[in-house]
Amino acid sequence: MVSMSKTIGVLDLQGAVSEHIRALKKIGANAVSVKKAEDFDNLDGLIIPGGESTAIGRLIREQKLEERLRSFYSSGKAIFGTCAGLILCSTDESHTTDDLRLGFIDMEVERNGFGRQVASFETALEFAGIDHPVEAVFIRAPYIQSVGLDVKVLATFDDKIVAAEQGNVLVTAHHPELTEDYAVLNYFLKKISQTIKVRES
Amino acid sequence: MSDKIIGSTRVKRGMAKMQKGGVIMDVVNAEQARIAEAAGAVAVMALERVPSDIRKAGGVARMANPTIIEEVMNAVSIPVMAKARIGHISEARILEAMGVDYIDESEVLTPADEEFHLLKSEYIVPFVCGCRDLGEALRRIGEGASMLRTKGEPGTGNIVEAVRHIRKVNSQIAVLSAKSDDELMTFARDIGAPYELVKEVKELGSLPVVNFAAGGVATPADAALMMSLGADGVFVGSGIFKSESPEKFARAIVQATTNYEDYVLLAEISKDLGEPMKGIEISHLGEAERMQERGW
Repeated sequence: MVSMSKTIGVLDLQGAVSEHIRALKKIGANAVSVKKAEDFDNLDGLIIPGGESTAIGRLIREQKLEERLRSFYSSGKAIFGTCAGLILCSTDESHTTDDLRLGFIDMEVERNGFGRQVASFETALEFAGIDHPVEAVFIRAPYIQSVGLDVKVLATFDDKIVAAEQGNVLVTAHHPELTEDYAVLNYFLKKISQTIKVRES
Repeated sequence: MSDKIIGSTRVKRGMAKMQKGGVIMDVVNAEQARIAEAAGAVAVMALERVPSDIRKAGGVARMANPTIIEEVMNAVSIPVMAKARIGHISEARILEAMGVDYIDESEVLTPADEEFHLLKSEYIVPFVCGCRDLGEALRRIGEGASMLRTKGEPGTGNIVEAVRHIRKVNSQIAVLSAKSDDELMTFARDIGAPYELVKEVKELGSLPVVNFAAGGVATPADAALMMSLGADGVFVGSGIFKSESPEKFARAIVQATTNYEDYVLLAEISKDLGEPMKGIEISHLGEAERMQERGW
């Protein structure tokens, strides 16, 4: 039997993994936890969840997953990074940190750009391609400081870029998995369908 | 300026969810905080003394000096937690004003109030509290705690009490899940928990906030044990910086927490770690020395 539901992996090293899996199941996707290189094999898309980017980056290196992440990216499959996942997908041309930056999207990031936990907030966020303001929870959130020419900005808050996409990669500084508003996750599902078409043609 | 809401339940509980699968380490200065961050800690707890030294020092244990907390906050980019005494409104407000990311209303410190815990829902900063059973867990959530942890027996390097506490909470949730709705008020009365929260736990089949292990984690295997018993993550107090080689211990405990079911890897990372902290047998502790009975 041919199943139409997409299989989406959630990188399961540290952070809000079960929240993403719960939300993906709600929108009819087949969600699985990804811990080892072989777990990437049958995925249509991958989510790098929120958590601590330093801890997740270190675990990616220790579990020897960096190469598998890069080949997954190069294969053109869709990747969605939320919060810490956004940081990990960024480049680091001006900052020079020892922490892992995968460079999947041409942007520089300000970690904890919105401040410490006491400044964490929720808001209704205008999001390009979504017809209503989305419920958005920002937790010690980063913002995107600058983007390259090929990056499409999807949302801003207080004049700071908080969501963007380039090619097969989508990133948000907020946490769609913490709300019952699945619009951004559905946006990612559509992106997966597009990447499948691109790879088939 | 766009409309935004700070300090909501979702923002406070969400912060704890981002810590899941991670290790939160006790540190007493900037240097230890940097070691913890480099090892992959998801947060540090800034203290004047780790629990085992609090035991040795005796006397009254209070909130850490703000100088130490500030030093730690300036040293690392990961979240910084700090402890306030149970019921000590002013210590908690001071920590909130300093911009600490999470407050632990902790039995490790000498309680300031033997009757009342803090009304944590009134604060913008989230709180974590200890619990030994489901009733205690739901009383703390009722007051506004956004995260829970087992109490264990802090500063002993002995995991037995933390195991007792997580097993107790989980078995009570299992019992509650099997109850019919007309039994819930009596169940709430029996465990001394708010009725609405009892109903919520039955519906969810779990606590509405994350529950970490704490109080006695001394080795990578201890961390793995607590994860396999259902803890969402691990606090390590004295276990790291009272061990022979803190850097190695810190890294090994982080790896063990993520890979808690990979026993071949656990064996590998447990090699050549040097001596863990020296442990204390719980029955050798006098009643007055037991920290877990502080708070209710």
